[in-house]
Amino acid sequence: MSIEMEQFHNVFFEESQEHLDEMEQFLMELDLDSPDKELLNSIFRAAHSIKGGSGIFGFDALTGLTHVMENLLDRARKDSLTLTLSIVDVLLSTVDILKGILHSYRTGGDIDWSAIAAGTEALDAVLGTSAPSESQTQGYGLFEQPLLVNEPEGFGLFADEPGAEKDEGFGFFAPSDEPVSARNEDEQAFGLFEPLPPASEKPAEAETAQKQPEEKSAPQPLSRSATERKGGAAASESSTIRVDTQKIDALVNLVGELVITQSMLSMISGNDSAEAEERRLAALAELERNTREIQEAVMSMRMLPMSFVFNRFPRLVRDLSGKLGKSVELCIEGGSTEIDKGLIEKLVDPLTHLVRNSIDHGIEKPQRRTECGKNEEGLLTLRAAHKGGSILISIIDDGAGLNRERILAKAYENSVYVPEHPSDTDVWNLIFAPGFSTAAEVTDVSGRGVGMDVVRRNIEALGGRVEIESEQGQGAAFHIRLPLTLAILDGMCVAVDGQVYVVPLVNIIESIQPQPEQIKSMGNDKLLWVRDEYWPLLQLGQHMGVQARHQDATQGIVVLIESAKKRFGLLVDSLVGQQQVVIKSLEQHYKRVAGVAGATIMGDGSVALIIDVESLSSKVKTAPQPVREAS
Amino acid sequence: MATNSALATHTQQREFLTFVLGEEHYALDIMAVKEIRGYEAVTRIANAPPFIKGVLNLRGDIVPIVDLRMKFNVGEATYTEFTIVIMLHVDNRIVGVVVDGVSDVINLSDDEIRPPPEFGVAFDSQYLVGLAAVDEQLVILVNIEKLISSDELGLFEQKQNTVQE
Repeated sequence: MSIEMEQFHNVFFEESQEHLDEMEQFLMELDLDSPDKELLNSIFRAAHSIKGGSGIFGFDALTGLTHVMENLLDRARKDSLTLTLSIVDVLLSTVDILKGILHSYRTGGDIDWSAIAAGTEALDAVLGTSAPSESQTQGYGLFEQPLLVNEPEGFGLFADEPGAEKDEGFGFFAPSDEPVSARNEDEQAFGLFEPLPPASEKPAEAETAQKQPEEKSAPQPLSRSATERKGGAAASESSTIRVDTQKIDALVNLVGELVITQSMLSMISGNDSAEAEERRLAALAELERNTREIQEAVMSMRMLPMSFVFNRFPRLVRDLSGKLGKSVELCIEGGSTEIDKGLIEKLVDPLTHLVRNSIDHGIEKPQRRTECGKNEEGLLTLRAAHKGGSILISIIDDGAGLNRERILAKAYENSVYVPEHPSDTDVWNLIFAPGFSTAAEVTDVSGRGVGMDVVRRNIEALGGRVEIESEQGQGAAFHIRLPLTLAILDGMCVAVDGQVYVVPLVNIIESIQPQPEQIKSMGNDKLLWVRDEYWPLLQLGQHMGVQARHQDATQGIVVLIESAKKRFGLLVDSLVGQQQVVIKSLEQHYKRVAGVAGATIMGDGSVALIIDVESLSSKVKTAPQPVREAS
Repeated sequence: MATNSALATHTQQREFLTFVLGEEHYALDIMAVKEIRGYEAVTRIANAPPFIKGVLNLRGDIVPIVDLRMKFNVGEATYTEFTIVIMLHVDNRIVGVVVDGVSDVINLSDDEIRPPPEFGVAFDSQYLVGLAAVDEQLVILVNIEKLISSDELGLFEQKQNTVQE
């Protein structure tokens, strides 16, 4: 396959994935009693786009199935077929099959023809007519060519005839390095932004997505949200991102202002008069404001709305509640809350797990709910909101809540460490222990005990935390607190032996200069008595391989640090100051360094290392409290 | 370059950057060189061997700096205003190498390159391309890509093997 063809294929895969996601989402939204015409049309168009594209590229497996699906949808939107719940189920499972096929084509895997045949059969059964026999005997080749021009009518929203438009769109693929100006005229709603700068073939690929005519059929809610794009067949992390043109326009404006400020400064340079000095100060202030705004604008390009993750849950909730014989209403709040793209991709799995848990363990069966005097239908709320400098995602159910006794019993049974006189919070946190599950029996939904520990690990890897609130009989809430972005960090700069290190501010409780009577020795280890607790002391210099100026804690500064697992004091020479730092990777040109999360560049151009608090906390040997295991 | 390659119709011409370590003259393939700059203060890295001086900021990239003089015990690891760092592009990574100085860019054809000696050079012969005489000066040609990505320097995470620490 030539490189160029591969580019087109990748675009097609992206587009089709989007269309499938759309179809699924709209199918979920359909009100069966009075189906929305526009919604049906959107679903139909999505199916048609996939069919057309797959026909062009010869992805016959997709073409055949979508064709039958399209027939069904066409009849539904023309009111010659009434959609029922079971038909929607068939359509949804067809979407699943299509996703499978798409994945096979993308990864070069084998196509599951039997699933396709079964899917086609199911659709045909719904259609009630004997569909053309080709579709069952894999004679999909027949569809390939005519499909493009097959249905010149029925495209209410297409201004042009689709086939022709497509050709026009592909005309842009010729690897030209068209600048931004060429992009803007056509598809106003989409900008493109590539977080990874090099790679010369990208501009052309960006163009293709820009010009792809199918976008016209993309309905509003999704078209506004940027969508993940996958690069190579095996690449799981996408390397490009769609950005609202407005955001790019804003950035272009800001850069324009930056250029003006720069010329202002160069005009004044060399002029020493008092008046010039004043203008210089004004220009510098302008520059500072500009820089900040550009930083914000660029960061906002990495932001995606939470709905990007949330939108997949209606389907999950529907399937799962059906399977478990429960009735669950899903309520999504704050879907427009924006969050860093890097975070969003890694949030899907933990959130899915928590939602499954809430439905499986939390929400009771309808009968049990009526007995408890609750509404028969359980309520599951997904909520995202900005809180301070972080984002708070909550999964709240009004089910049975966590069972304190059962968790404790299970913990003792699995000899999980339980503190003495555990508070509710202590008990809830037990479920994060590896291998812990209170489900009476293992189902395919949950109960295997691999999960909550992974959830917590994933969230902590993103620099976040999980908190649990629960009230017996009232329900449970899981709160995930995450930093807004992975690229910028609020840090406290500390110095040891003239080297500057950055400690993430979220982990810092306070910084003190201890008095001699606060320091206690325990063997070789030093403990610090503060806030009615003993805190183990770590010397940052010792772990970073530099010579601390002060071995004696009373001469230096102790930064009190709280990590997910432990609390400890970090002895440094001095505090430099608090500032936002841009996180740079050490691994890109070097390798991972123990105790170091990354590096950043300070104002003077020097490099400062960012401390990895979690890995440093594992160096703390003793438990800070003299509380020992109860068993 | 154009005239040179026109002259050497049969043999492959390659350009090398020569540099000095202690008393010896070395050369490396110029295609691996990103830029040459003066030595500046670096940020030390915890638990790194002494010949890895630390990292510095190369226009936004955090780049490790290696002192080959310390690694191979040639010359003295002193840092003056004349100390040079050659920034190398190896395997999609950037690595800085501290040397005592760079002297010239030379053109060598394959038949001018003699096989490397088995001993007598600070570098293991597996990292050498060969020897060449330039202006009656012996120049040792180093396979810098192999050297930089070697486990011996430990600059990169080892591909398959377990971590060496």
